[in-house]
Amino acid sequence: MKYQPVIGLEVHVQLLTDTKIFCGCSTKFGSEPNSQTCPVCLGLPGALPVLNKKVVEFAIKAGLSTNCSITPRSIFARKNYFYPDLPKGYQISQFEEPICQHGWLDIQLDGQEGKRIGITRIHMEEDAGKLVHGDLTGLDDNSGVDLNRACTPLLEVVSEPDLRSSDEAVSYLKQLHQIVTWLGLCDGNMEEGSFRCDANVSVMPVGSDTFGTRAEIKNVNSFKFVKQAIEYEIQRQIDLIEDGGTVVQETRLFDPNSGRTRSMRSKEEAHDYRYFPDPDLVPLVICDEWVERSRTELPELPEQCRKRFVSQLGLTEYDAEVLTANRPLAEFFEAGVAAHGNAKAVANWTMGEITRSLNDSGTSIRECPVTPQLLAELLKLIDEGTISGKIAKTVFDEMWRSGKAPQLIVEEQGLVQVSDGGAIESIIDEIMAANAGQVEEYRGGKEKVFGFFVGQVMKVSKGKANPAVVNELLLKKLKG
Amino acid sequence: MNIIDMTISGLHAALKSKQLSSVEATKAMLERIETVEPQVGSFITVTADHALECAATADLRIASGRMDMLTGIPLAVKDIFLTEGIRTTCGSRILENFIPPYSATSYQNLRDSGAVLLGKLNQDEFAMGSSNESSAFGVCRNPWDTTRIPGGSSGGSAAAIAARQAIATLGTDTGGSIRQPASHCGCVGLKPTYGRVSRYGVIAYASSLDQVGPLTRDVTDNAIMLSALAGYDPKDSTSVDEPVPDYVSELAGGIKGLKIGLPKEYFIAGLDPDVQKTMDAVIETYRRLGAEFVEISLPHTDYAVATYYLIATAEASSNLARYDGVRFGHRAKEAAGLLDMYTKSRSEGFGAEVKRRIMLGTYALSSGYYDAYYVKAQKARTLIMNDFIKAFESVDVMLTPVAPTPAFKIGEKVNDPLQMYLSDIFTIPVNLAGTCAMSLPAGFSADGLPIGVQLIGKPFGEEVILRAGYAFEQATEWHKATAAL
Ligand SMILES: [Zn+2]
Repeated sequence: MKYQPVIGLEVHVQLLTDTKIFCGCSTKFGSEPNSQTCPVCLGLPGALPVLNKKVVEFAIKAGLSTNCSITPRSIFARKNYFYPDLPKGYQISQFEEPICQHGWLDIQLDGQEGKRIGITRIHMEEDAGKLVHGDLTGLDDNSGVDLNRACTPLLEVVSEPDLRSSDEAVSYLKQLHQIVTWLGLCDGNMEEGSFRCDANVSVMPVGSDTFGTRAEIKNVNSFKFVKQAIEYEIQRQIDLIEDGGTVVQETRLFDPNSGRTRSMRSKEEAHDYRYFPDPDLVPLVICDEWVERSRTELPELPEQCRKRFVSQLGLTEYDAEVLTANRPLAEFFEAGVAAHGNAKAVANWTMGEITRSLNDSGTSIRECPVTPQLLAELLKLIDEGTISGKIAKTVFDEMWRSGKAPQLIVEEQGLVQVSDGGAIESIIDEIMAANAGQVEEYRGGKEKVFGFFVGQVMKVSKGKANPAVVNELLLKKLKG
Repeated sequence: MNIIDMTISGLHAALKSKQLSSVEATKAMLERIETVEPQVGSFITVTADHALECAATADLRIASGRMDMLTGIPLAVKDIFLTEGIRTTCGSRILENFIPPYSATSYQNLRDSGAVLLGKLNQDEFAMGSSNESSAFGVCRNPWDTTRIPGGSSGGSAAAIAARQAIATLGTDTGGSIRQPASHCGCVGLKPTYGRVSRYGVIAYASSLDQVGPLTRDVTDNAIMLSALAGYDPKDSTSVDEPVPDYVSELAGGIKGLKIGLPKEYFIAGLDPDVQKTMDAVIETYRRLGAEFVEISLPHTDYAVATYYLIATAEASSNLARYDGVRFGHRAKEAAGLLDMYTKSRSEGFGAEVKRRIMLGTYALSSGYYDAYYVKAQKARTLIMNDFIKAFESVDVMLTPVAPTPAFKIGEKVNDPLQMYLSDIFTIPVNLAGTCAMSLPAGFSADGLPIGVQLIGKPFGEEVILRAGYAFEQATEWHKATAAL
C-alpha cells in the first residue's frame, strides 16, 4: 500500500523585545543566573502580570505578514502544570481567541506547482526558565533553576496539517523563518532555541481522507533535523502499520545523534492543562486603526522584494533568491545598486567576493568593512578601465583588510591599468625577442602558444596591462 | 478619651494639635495588644520595634508640617498583604517563614502617607473561610464573646478593631471576607468596587473576586482609609483608571430622596429573628431620614453560592500552584524526587480547607468538566451581574443583611463546610457582580452580639454608600458601643 504523510508544524518564535512579556526585566541573554528577575517573573505571591505592548505589536506584524486576520478582542489563558522551571505553576498563553487567526503562506518546491499552507493561529505566550544540572558550584548533586528566561516573549505559530512531505515542511519553515528574521521579530537562531519547531506527523493510505493517528515530535532544532525527524517518523509509522501494528497518539523526542525519534509520553500520560482565561489580565482589544498603522509600518516582505529584483533590476530568479536570503543582505545589495547602477555587477560582487569574505571571516553583513558605497567605487574603477577585473580582486582584498577607499589603494600601490599601446608594444617586442622559438611555433600554427605570450605580458606588467589592448596588439605582432 | 478608643479623625486631630505624639499612641496600642492578645488572637505577627520606628518617623513628619490624614496613625493589616522585610504568612504553614522582598501597593500607600504598622493580622488560610478557623496560627476570638468566631476570612482585621488593638485595619474581601467579620465584630467594613484598589502584592485567592478594603470604627474613618487606597495602579492590569472622589467631603450630603432597594430574595424565611429585627429598625431609621424604599428583585441570587464556589476555587487551584516548595515557602525534607517533593511540601504546608478548595477547583477546570462547571458558572455570573445592573436602574443603593445569623460558636460549623459556605450567602453576589458594598454596625442580638447591615452601591459608587452609612451613623449610636473585653 502507498502512504500519504500528513504534517503540521508548531513553531515557537522568541521575540527580540528589550523587556519581558509581563514585566520590565531585560531579555538579554547570558547574564548571571536569576539576575534578570523581579517578583513578577519569579512568580512571587501577590505579583501580577502587565502586558508588554511591544509584544502585541510584534504579534500583529507577524500576523499581517502571514496573511492572518487580527482578532479584535483576544484573551490570555493560563496553562496549568507543575515544573520547577515554571515559577507560577502555570504558563500565561492564549487558548481560545488567539491574537492572529486564519493565515497562510505559499511555498514553492523546485519543479512543482506553488502550494498554499494554512496557518491556524499565532498566539503570544511567556517562556519558562531553565534547569541547570550537575556541576554548579555549591549545588552538589542538585539541580538549579535559572529564571532569567522565564517570561520572555514567544509567538507560537501553528500550521494547518497541510504539509505532505518533509520537503514541504522544510520549505514552509524556511519561509516562516525568513519572515520573522526579515521583520526583526526574532534573531532566528535555531541552535540556541530562538526559533524552534515541533512537528505533528501522521500517515494515511493514499486516497484516504481520514488522517491517521499523529505523533508530536519535539526538539527539532535545525532545518536538517526537521527533515530527518519527519522522514524517520513517516517511515516508522508506515513500518508499524505494515507489520500489523497501530500508531498511538504520543509525544516523541527527536535524537539528533541517532536521527531517530523515541517515545516521551503517551496520550494517557499527557497533561490536562486546565486552560482557563487568566483573571489577572483584561481582554486585549485591538482596534482597526492599530492594525492599519501596523500594516503601513511593515517593510517590503522577502517575497515582494524577490519579485521586484527580478522585474525591476533584471536579476535571475536564482540571484534574486540568494540576495533576499536576509534583509541586511538585500539592503546591502540595494544600496550598492543605488550607488553604482549596474545591478548585475553589484549582484555578482555581493554574491561573490563579499559573501566569500564574510563567510571566511565569520563577519555579519552589517559589519562588512567594504560598504556598498566603496564597492560601487571599486566597480566604477573597472568600468572606467582604471583597473582590470583581476586587479580589482587584489584591490578588494586590500579594502577588506584596511577599509581604505579603492581609489587610494590603486594610487598607493600603483595599480592603474596600462592601456597605452606604446608601452605595451615595447613589452611585447622584448618578449618576442627573448622567445623566438615560441614565436615560430605560433606562426607554424600552434595557436595555443598565444596564452603563453599573454601570461608573459601580464607578468612583466605586474598584471596592470589592459588585457584587451594586450590581446589586440599581440595578435597583430605575432601574425607578423 | 483613651487613645485605644480613638478614631482616625480623632487621633489625627490630637496628633496635629500636639496633644499626643505618634510614639505615645503607638505605645498605647502595643500595650493594649499585649494585654488582650491572649484572649483574642487577632495577630499573627506583632511588629513592635518596626511600629515604634514608623511612629518616630511620623512624629518628625508631623513636626515638619507635612502631615497626611494617616500620618502617625497605628494600623494593622491582614497577613495577606506583602510587607517588605516583614514575615507574610497568609495564615498558612506553607508561608510560615516567608519574608517578602517587596510590598503590596495598598499597604505601601498607607505607609507613604505615614501610617504606623502595628503588625500582621490573623485570617483564614489563604482567605478561605468565614470564621478564621482555618488559620494555621491559632484561633481568633470575637471580642464581644470569646467563645464565638470573629467571622472570616479577615477575622483578625475585625477583631483587632473590636478589641481596640488597632485604630483601623486592612482586609480583603473575595466573598464577604471584610463585611461578614465587620458585621460580627461591630465595625465598619467596606469592599470597594473591583478595580478600585490595587491587588498588586496581595496574595491571590480568587483573582477575579479579590478586593482590598478598610475596616474602621466609623464611616468617616472608612472614607479616610479609602481615599488613601483607591486609584489606578499600573502594576495591576485589572485596576481601573477612574477618578477618585473626595470621599470625606462627600459624606455630609445627606440622603433625602435616596432610593434604597430591598431585594426580596434576601429576606428569606428562616432569617435569624435578631437579624430581621435589626433590618426592620434600620429601614425605619432610613425612612425617617428621608429615604424612599423600593422592593426589587435579584432573581439569580439562588445560584450565587454555587457559582462562587466554582469560580473562586477554580482560580484558587491555579493561584496556589506557585506554592510548590521550589523557590520559597515550605519544602518537605527527605523527599524522594521531584514529584514526591511537590506532594509532600503541599500536603504538609496546606490545611484541610485549602486542600478541599484546590481539589474542587481543579475538578471544575478538568477536561470533560470545564464546560459543565467553569463555563456554566461564568454564564451564571453574567446573569447575576445583569441582575444588579437592572436593579440599579431603579435604585441608588440596596440594603440587605450581611450574614443570616450573628457570630456563631467556635467549632460549630467546622465539620459542615456547606453550612459554613452559606454564611456568605448575602455577601457573595456583590463580589460576583464586581460592585461595592459596606457593612455597617446596626444593632445587637438578644445575646449582645453585634449585627451589621449591608449597603450595596453601584460600581464606583463608594461615595454614595459611604454617605448613606454616614447619615445612619449620625442618627444612631451603634458604632460607639465597645466590647467589654
Ligand atoms: Zn521580571
